[in-house]
Amino acid sequence: MMKLKKCAKKILFKNGTIIDPILEKGYKGDVLVENGKIAAVGNVDVKNAEVIDCSGLIVTHGFCDLHVHFREPGREDKETLETGSRAALAGGFTRVCTMPNTNPPIDSPESIRFIYEKAKECPIHIHPIGAATKGQLGQELTEMAGMSTEGAIAFSDDGLPIMDGGVMRRVLEYGGMLDKPIINHAEDVCLRNDGVMNEGRMSTRLGLPGNPVEAEGVMVHRDLELARLTGAKLHVPHVSTATAVKHVTDMKKHYKHISAEVTPHHLFFTDDDLFEYNTNLKVAPPIRRNEDRVALIKGFKSGAIDCIATDHAPHTIEEKESTFDVAAFGMIGLESCLGAVLKVLVHEEKIDLMTVIKALTVNPREVMGFITNLFENNTDAELTIFDPEETWEFTKGDIYSKSSNSPFIGKSLVGKVKYTVSKSYLAII
Amino acid sequence: MSLQQRHLLGLEGYPAEDIQTIIDTAFTFREVLDRPIKKVPSLQGKTIVNLFFENSTRTRISFELAQKRLSADTVNFSASTSSLTKGESFKDTVQNIEAMKIDACVIRHPTPGAALRLTEYVDAVVINAGDGTHEHPTQAILDMTSLYEKFGYLKGLKVGIIGDISHSRVALSNIHGLIAMGADVTLCGPATLIPPHIEELGVKVSYKIDEVIEWADALNVLRIQMERMGVSLFPSIREYRSLFGITTERLANHKKDIVIMHPGPMNRGVEIESAVADGDQAIILDQVLNGVASRMAILYLLLGGKTE
Repeated sequence: MMKLKKCAKKILFKNGTIIDPILEKGYKGDVLVENGKIAAVGNVDVKNAEVIDCSGLIVTHGFCDLHVHFREPGREDKETLETGSRAALAGGFTRVCTMPNTNPPIDSPESIRFIYEKAKECPIHIHPIGAATKGQLGQELTEMAGMSTEGAIAFSDDGLPIMDGGVMRRVLEYGGMLDKPIINHAEDVCLRNDGVMNEGRMSTRLGLPGNPVEAEGVMVHRDLELARLTGAKLHVPHVSTATAVKHVTDMKKHYKHISAEVTPHHLFFTDDDLFEYNTNLKVAPPIRRNEDRVALIKGFKSGAIDCIATDHAPHTIEEKESTFDVAAFGMIGLESCLGAVLKVLVHEEKIDLMTVIKALTVNPREVMGFITNLFENNTDAELTIFDPEETWEFTKGDIYSKSSNSPFIGKSLVGKVKYTVSKSYLAII
Repeated sequence: MSLQQRHLLGLEGYPAEDIQTIIDTAFTFREVLDRPIKKVPSLQGKTIVNLFFENSTRTRISFELAQKRLSADTVNFSASTSSLTKGESFKDTVQNIEAMKIDACVIRHPTPGAALRLTEYVDAVVINAGDGTHEHPTQAILDMTSLYEKFGYLKGLKVGIIGDISHSRVALSNIHGLIAMGADVTLCGPATLIPPHIEELGVKVSYKIDEVIEWADALNVLRIQMERMGVSLFPSIREYRSLFGITTERLANHKKDIVIMHPGPMNRGVEIESAVADGDQAIILDQVLNGVASRMAILYLLLGGKTE
């Protein structure tokens, strides 16, 4: 069981391998946290400190997830800011951005305020993403300036794609004026139609309606063009297709305010894994063919995809323990993230650990304009300490979310979070 | 004689020798159906529940008759008359039925994968009687039994499947079964009703019905669901009939014998002309009789029935 306690006055994380994703350096050393702040990084000798032996472990920046659903307000039976925070700490995340598709949606300065106030009491940093249009209906702009003042960090209609190109243009123009990133769930809803999984050989075999890769491709292409037109920052969420990787790669050559994320589940699974109609693999965008998975890995290697985000989406057992067509879309992902991405990207694909850590730390922080140099003295400590080699089986017991809709249950993962330091809390996992 | 798999959920990956065993067993039951007393005690004491979460007339009657001819006790459940309308979940419904000590469940459900899901909730043998647009294995077995009866072989047999392939569980099960038995399959219908990547299952696709008729030994003509018309999957019955309708005139252009099948219910005058449906080439009513015999064979083999 994870233990969560207030940090001692002085904690020394000793003999770890410090990986600094800003300097892109790794070295043996110690990190001293005093009163919840970074006091020293390097070879530290100090008295009266609680000492945590970190030999064999990596000590790095706390992870930052640009894409989670904490379901508050409205569906507190699935997750709350509090339970979501515990799931985050177990996965090494000290900072998350919550999507606005709650009930009611977060589409006003007042509702941003609600999240902001509640988040203060939580053991991690939570930043609300505001809805881009009122009621997420894709029609009228929200009061983005007022919402920014109250703490909105970016704008998105989340699961509901902004289909009207004219509205998307205005969202980008207005959000761009405020220097806030815009995130659009990139799927053409007409092409997606009633698709519940990737369209292909598997959907035909299973008799399920398919969602073609082109539904994502055309929408990502449109959004990139509109970002360039308006000069706004565009963050492309959960890229799932080879075509979208290509479009992002191409646009990044011409226009710099583009970032993109990939989820652990799109890197880990392929649509062949749906052969038993496992509803925990029902997700939007869908799990694609292996050739898309390979393209995502290539895109990650090349830097076209710069962030890893979980799209942590809790659902009740009742919503998942049903037939495939009516089951809810989405899966939780915070607790299994590191083990899944290290297994695929580092151990299988031989991508260097630094690239993966950057995609979990400095890169997402840069997208949102958060402080990035977390090893600077006197910075509020956000640390993640993990074993990069431990092979373990992910079980229900590793889940701290209120929900347990994870297709990773029973899967062998590599890399396990041991300690997370956030907001003067120490989580021992 | 027994089958390798405990349930019959679909024909994808189903062993060819087991399909042959079912067909052979079906012919022995055909003899029973020709007797004055059409009942055998093979499944005496076994209880079978027919779970119909979707409307069905011929499949349900066919299964019921097969069960009665084998002397099994049967219970019928249909969604409209059950507690499902009171908001009970699929899981609760089937677990309640299971608790009543059932040996086998025959399930018809609108969702692909429902039969597989049922095996997770009950200990009984599960027979898929159609799960959405996924599979309908007993229909494909009765189709193959009928073809085998007519031709005496399946290996190398050329079968055209005509019409709405996308929304057809009959097509998918026929494809898997026929390919397993070594037959050649060509699909023919409007491009909007052919599922993507279907060629990867080992079939050919054609949009030219006359070429398929010229090539085929038998045609399995599928029902066109009228409700597909409004959502721009095809523009009109007139156009469908002119491109893909099976008519005497069209068949007369090809100087050959061709066997015509239809899983029913037919839209006479749409996908098939009445004169063809009632003509000498059609084996549509043989299919219905073989349906009872095939389902008797399946129940008998899966429930370990005793011979007389």
